[in-house]
Amino acid sequence: MPLPKVKAGLAAAAAPGFVLERSEVVPALIGRHEDFLFVTGLGGSASDVGAVTGDGAHVYSLGGAMGAACMIGLGLALARPDKQVLVVTGDGELLMNIGALAAIAVMNPANLSILCVDNGHYGETGWQKSHTSLGVDLEKMAIGAGIKRTRTVATEDDIADGARLLREGNGTSFVVARVRPTEPAKFKRNFDASFCRDRFRAALQRP
Amino acid sequence: MDAVVETKAKTGWQHDLYDLLRHNGITQFCYVPDAGHSILIDRSIADPEVHSIALTTEEEGVALIAGADLGGARGVLLMQSSGVGNCINMLSLIKGGRFPFLTLVSMRGDFGEGNPWQFPMGQATQPVLEAMEVICLRAERPEEVIPVVSAALTMVFKSGKAVAVLLTQRLIGAKPF
Repeated sequence: MPLPKVKAGLAAAAAPGFVLERSEVVPALIGRHEDFLFVTGLGGSASDVGAVTGDGAHVYSLGGAMGAACMIGLGLALARPDKQVLVVTGDGELLMNIGALAAIAVMNPANLSILCVDNGHYGETGWQKSHTSLGVDLEKMAIGAGIKRTRTVATEDDIADGARLLREGNGTSFVVARVRPTEPAKFKRNFDASFCRDRFRAALQRP
Repeated sequence: MDAVVETKAKTGWQHDLYDLLRHNGITQFCYVPDAGHSILIDRSIADPEVHSIALTTEEEGVALIAGADLGGARGVLLMQSSGVGNCINMLSLIKGGRFPFLTLVSMRGDFGEGNPWQFPMGQATQPVLEAMEVICLRAERPEEVIPVVSAALTMVFKSGKAVAVLLTQRLIGAKPF
């Protein structure tokens, strides 16, 4: 007997407090995407940003090397203080190298912002619960690391303030957006890491 | 030899090495602290023209250097051989993205090592780096450091390769603990 088809939409049971739709909150938090250079995580966050930018040359997305996103963002932000760098990643990718928040807080580049799209799950691997569904608070970890400008975006009323923080550029900022565990935006992205490196660098060198 | 002259003879190559890295445009120095790199680390902290980035684990440095390259800057990762093991999956980023990558590795667990805990990773350092397509060059004597790192700089920033310079315990001295 064939298994019933899983209805698109909610891929896993949401933990309390994870109510926002990522397809709405991520574009709202980013705003005008041309104002940023982006580094993204591997799965949902890469698709979210890809859908917003149309696979722009100002985006570098991971397809592996999980745990790299925040530190790529730091290296890029230090190299280009004239540009605002926005790291968009997920809770699992961030947790894999959570110590990076300490390294980043100490440097505190004014032009680096981190947006964690926290759905409380490992979506790519079968929607297992992540630590944030089980009590871990990423904003508190960022505060503990020493990042001064942090927010949790859990309701629609929080979005405007979160968006302002991400683009203010007065010091490294960290925003965690709690979203429902739904499939990310459908987006076919380029997985050639070397091509994307060349494309990113070439676009940045153009006046 | 008086103490000051002796100290300079032992560490002079480290100052020359810092100057060499700076003359080659390196502006991001990242590290997990290690005695073998202490002069490079201190020089980078004191240098207002560079970013000196303390890491919590070495793999952060691999990602940082890729980010620096995306922005058109050059970085170097300073670590001990034990830290190489922390970097292996992150080197997927370097290999897949064909990022130029330079690391200076101070060795433990080789010539004259007195701490048995250092041997597993010390002896595995070169094989695991090579398994991830990082080319390894070794410096055994003070007079070799500048030519070897100069060669590495050319391979990394002209040819876009990933290169580790292994600063051996023959060069930096074995620890008796």
